[in-house]
Amino acid sequence: MIRFALRGRQPRWLLPVLAVLPIVLTYLLTAGPIRAAGANPAAAYERYVLQPLSSVDSVFEVLLTSTPLLFTGLAVAVAFRCGYWNIGADGQLLAGAVEATFFGLNVRGLPAGVAIPLVILAGAVAGVVWALVPALLRTRLGIDEVVTTLLLNPVALLLVQCLLNGPWRNPENQFPESAPIDPAYTFPRLLADHRLHLGFAIALVLAIVVGVIISRTPLGLRMRAVGRSPEAARFAGIRVERTMLGAALGSGAIAGIGGVSQVAGLQGQLTGGISDGFGYTGVVVATLATLSVTGVVFVSVLLADIIVGAESAVRVLQLPPQMGDVVTATLMLCVVAVLVLRRYKLVVRFPAALHRSRSRPGLGEDAA
Amino acid sequence: MTTLIALVGAALVSATPLLYATLGELVTERTGILNLGIEGTMYAGAFAGFLVAASTGSPWLGLLGAVVVGLLSGLLMGLLTVTFGVNQHVAGIGTTLLLIGLSEFVNRLKYGGGAVPQIAKFGLLFRDVPVAEQYLLTYIGFLVLAPVMWWVLRGSGFGLRVRAVGENPEAADAAGISVTRTRYAALLVGGALTAIGGAVLTLAILGSFTLNITAGRGWVSIALVIFARWRVWPAVFGALLFAGVDALQLQLAISSTFESVPRELLIALPYLVVVATLAISGRGVRYPGAYLRPYRRA
Repeated sequence: MIRFALRGRQPRWLLPVLAVLPIVLTYLLTAGPIRAAGANPAAAYERYVLQPLSSVDSVFEVLLTSTPLLFTGLAVAVAFRCGYWNIGADGQLLAGAVEATFFGLNVRGLPAGVAIPLVILAGAVAGVVWALVPALLRTRLGIDEVVTTLLLNPVALLLVQCLLNGPWRNPENQFPESAPIDPAYTFPRLLADHRLHLGFAIALVLAIVVGVIISRTPLGLRMRAVGRSPEAARFAGIRVERTMLGAALGSGAIAGIGGVSQVAGLQGQLTGGISDGFGYTGVVVATLATLSVTGVVFVSVLLADIIVGAESAVRVLQLPPQMGDVVTATLMLCVVAVLVLRRYKLVVRFPAALHRSRSRPGLGEDAA
Repeated sequence: MTTLIALVGAALVSATPLLYATLGELVTERTGILNLGIEGTMYAGAFAGFLVAASTGSPWLGLLGAVVVGLLSGLLMGLLTVTFGVNQHVAGIGTTLLLIGLSEFVNRLKYGGGAVPQIAKFGLLFRDVPVAEQYLLTYIGFLVLAPVMWWVLRGSGFGLRVRAVGENPEAADAAGISVTRTRYAALLVGGALTAIGGAVLTLAILGSFTLNITAGRGWVSIALVIFARWRVWPAVFGALLFAGVDALQLQLAISSTFESVPRELLIALPYLVVVATLAISGRGVRYPGAYLRPYRRA
């Protein structure tokens, strides 16, 4: 019989074990499906983790891929920290992307110095608007935000498809994707010969700002207090609903800017595949980062590493790219399960009957 | 009139997957576990049902395959939330991502991302009789599952244990009820029902599999459970309501009056109706006492 018992204090060896164990578990658990696909697990993981980091060019590709995850990971972490379960970052990101496209198609002729800040602001507002209804329902009427934020994700996707099949359909080739946006809105590249764009830098700056707010300001303290225990926070005089509303809307704004970054930085137009479930991956990022902002930065890059690796594994090992999703989901579940060991230790006890027969004098020794 | 009859018939069909999933989620949540893995379980159930049916030629074996997958997903959620006591939101989203990822992985492996075959699907009973022309699973869902679930939760020993564990696990434990076993049992039942709900999509309605087949129906089920305040008959009503709006929007889409309204906005309508219904009816909802709370003996 295995059960959990509260740990007194954490032993020294625990931390390294907690760091390594999920990785080993993930490897063991995913080795089966990888073998079933006819690939060698070791080779696959070499592809997933090491290959993308083996050249400067592909490192930049990893950073580019990490950009939307940075935004959604931050968005989710901010909300979760405050005890607001925003699982609608996907919809909020799409809202930002739609807004950016709206500006890019309709508000033409601005200089880039005005256009770019404007479109970022507009995307943030769109994210806030998309986050507003669930946030108000939660803080004013106490209606569960998990469900409402989740349900607005398919709605946002349908809105995008509606626009792409209707008014924004590309007039030149009739594909369900928008015409290219006005170049004034296009994010400049950070490097001459790579696609890595301003969005990545914005995400990093946002990460620093959010990190400072959460850990070094009274606002952040209030947010954390509400997240830990709303009752205690209320007792301490914190306006719980207001704080939570702020975190929820801030979360939406960050996700919305993520949408702008995808349109103005990466694609230059709106497409149906503008979000590859980034809002949900954001939950994975924030969780793996244990809601720490520094963690979000590292985990985004790690997951992007796996995503880029999974893409190249398609070509080289004929391993379906969805294996990347399986690996990240497994890693996340292993991490959250293993993290329980921070507070609890496993106690293995034999069932009572077995125990008695073992301790009966003579018997065991005779057999030996 | 004929439109209305067609509407009712269509609503019953599209309510069926929701009915199974919602009742599965309902019994699980009654023990205090929010299973956000439901979307993934439904997806994996739909895919597993399709895969087994496609390779054996029997929709019944497909259904069995879906049930097995549903049980496994319940077991996974149990391991995470009951045994390990992991945060239920996180465990559920992770399970959903894992199951959708695995389904699409196998799909790609098996069919190379190209066309998937049509399968022999369940036939309709009472052919050509309006409204009564339905799948067996629809009849079972409404006429057997719902009353049985209602009775089980209300009158059976298992139902009593479920409610006791969901309201006050400490008291239930003190009364000799195993919290762990009850929660696992509810997760297994819930997982199996949810997977059947998913399999209805492939084995009965569609006769094939497409990506994003569940399209957020799992999330809808979670909303319906709150809307129903964890009671069986309101949950049945909620499933019919969503399906009714869904059937209505399909009717509107082919009617000439609404020709100019974009198709996608009509598809979004049922989701918005659910959010609106929650906004109106969701005030002051009393959650099960131990909702989201893992239980460990002190």
